[in-house]
Amino acid sequence: MFDRHFRLITIAPAALLILSLTVVPAIELVRMAGAKIAFTNDGVERTAALAENIGRLANDWIYWRALLNTLAFVITSTLAELVLGLVLALAAQRMTRAKGMVRTLMLMPILIPPVAIGNMWRLMYNPEFGIIAHLVDQVAGVRLDMLGSTSTALLAVIIVDVWHWTPFMFLILLAGLEGLPEEVMQASHLDGANSLQRLRFIVLPMLWPAIAVAFVFRSIGAFKVFDQIYLLTSGGPGVSTEVLSLYVFKVFFQNNELGYGALLSLVTIAIVCSYLAVFRIAQRTKGAL
Amino acid sequence: MVTSPSRAWLAFAVVGLSLLSILAPFIWIVGVSLKFQIDILTGAFPFEPVAVNFGRVLFGKSSDFIVYAGNSLIVGLSSTALVLLIGAPAAYSLAWRRWSKLFSALFLGWTLVFHMIPPITLVGPWYLLFREIGLYNTLTGLVLTHVVINLPLTIWLMMSAFENIPRELEEAAVVDGCRRSTAFFVILLPLALPGLIAAGLLSFLFSWSEFSIALNLTTKETYTIPVAIASYAGENEILHGQMAAASVLSTIPALILMFFGQRFILGGLTAGAVK
Repeated sequence: MFDRHFRLITIAPAALLILSLTVVPAIELVRMAGAKIAFTNDGVERTAALAENIGRLANDWIYWRALLNTLAFVITSTLAELVLGLVLALAAQRMTRAKGMVRTLMLMPILIPPVAIGNMWRLMYNPEFGIIAHLVDQVAGVRLDMLGSTSTALLAVIIVDVWHWTPFMFLILLAGLEGLPEEVMQASHLDGANSLQRLRFIVLPMLWPAIAVAFVFRSIGAFKVFDQIYLLTSGGPGVSTEVLSLYVFKVFFQNNELGYGALLSLVTIAIVCSYLAVFRIAQRTKGAL
Repeated sequence: MVTSPSRAWLAFAVVGLSLLSILAPFIWIVGVSLKFQIDILTGAFPFEPVAVNFGRVLFGKSSDFIVYAGNSLIVGLSSTALVLLIGAPAAYSLAWRRWSKLFSALFLGWTLVFHMIPPITLVGPWYLLFREIGLYNTLTGLVLTHVVINLPLTIWLMMSAFENIPRELEEAAVVDGCRRSTAFFVILLPLALPGLIAAGLLSFLFSWSEFSIALNLTTKETYTIPVAIASYAGENEILHGQMAAASVLSTIPALILMFFGQRFILGGLTAGAVK
């Protein structure tokens, strides 16, 4: 009996958990999005307010600003991480010694709690005693308050993300580089290709799958960003670093507008799904060609 | 590959410089954590290192850091144990036992989507649900959310671990009269051990670091470390030294695991992308 249904028994707990904690909440999200939810003494009170919520979203400039900020954040940091990670991987690949140590140390920012990283950079950015302000003061003679100024705050949080995740790009691309067949490299060398040509016509095309996947991984990760920005700026000053996750959180848990928050969540989920779909279609068509 | 000496030197410089910029912030925050508040505010350097911030964070009368570390440890260990217990069999079922294309596509597709959306979007419904069934503000509730958040990665890592095992091993065992369930536990799981370790380490590290869910489903007594650290920053008078000390302390498990399990972690992090 146990053996005959082993296939079912092994998947049942995971299926149940996913059903109860992701599928049901997702359905709940749809239900909530059309309502206004208030907490009363007897519990939760819902009143229908779908049109009202949608109308509000259309006019909610903070949400659209957060979307814009998020896109700027995602594109800039992912591209920077990709380029820096690639340069670094190409450089490290040439190293014969200490490669293992480099890899280990590069793991550090990835594994350390993002909250600690947010804290660390907040202290470093501090205009009074932070090391960054201090260094800029030494060089340019101005006291820079990167997190406190609307023109530089977004850049400041992007820098933190680039610092945090370039090592991840590096590790993936290095693994990809090391997976390339050695014979092809040697053959191209014998054929007289210089290293730029080799990079352009051999390494990059062969590395393309790893680059594409790393790009999608990281862009999705950047899209989810919450912890660091919560700690660094909380979205400020003004709305200059407001991002989607942070705004959804504020609507939900600071303004206690659960219905409207649910609608924002659904729109955000739809954006991720369409991004994934586009990537998948791109992958398919590329395979068909 | 043949590399000219000047190129090798350049490569070395690039890597060295990057390592320096990766490590410098860590060194700096350790420095801050060893200073008196007054030395922090004046940016004193050189300074005489003091352990006072660590003392206050760990043993101060008004500090509950130890309690929060305990919470984090409970949540991290139990969610990791559970996610392996649930995820490894599911991965086995999907990778080795025949499921219809539609079922496995739906199952894996949904976990992928769920893995990619910002977790904060589901915290709202979780909040309502947990309030209703009494799991709000409990470690049990937080453990369940961490299990479900880590399930996709665990299933994928374990699926690729199982797919690397030759099927003949199991077939031979079954032909010899071994039950499928016994074969799974005795033959397959041990062979998939590296994948299991990778999934376990990553799950624990994620749970230890997780912030946005814990922030919204816990209150003062059930805080985990990340939430506790963030709450330092919200207080009126910011104790920079203690904040830095708490941050340094929070990285210790990551450093320990990195030291002992880097091979597995590296494999887990890069496996999905390179294949």
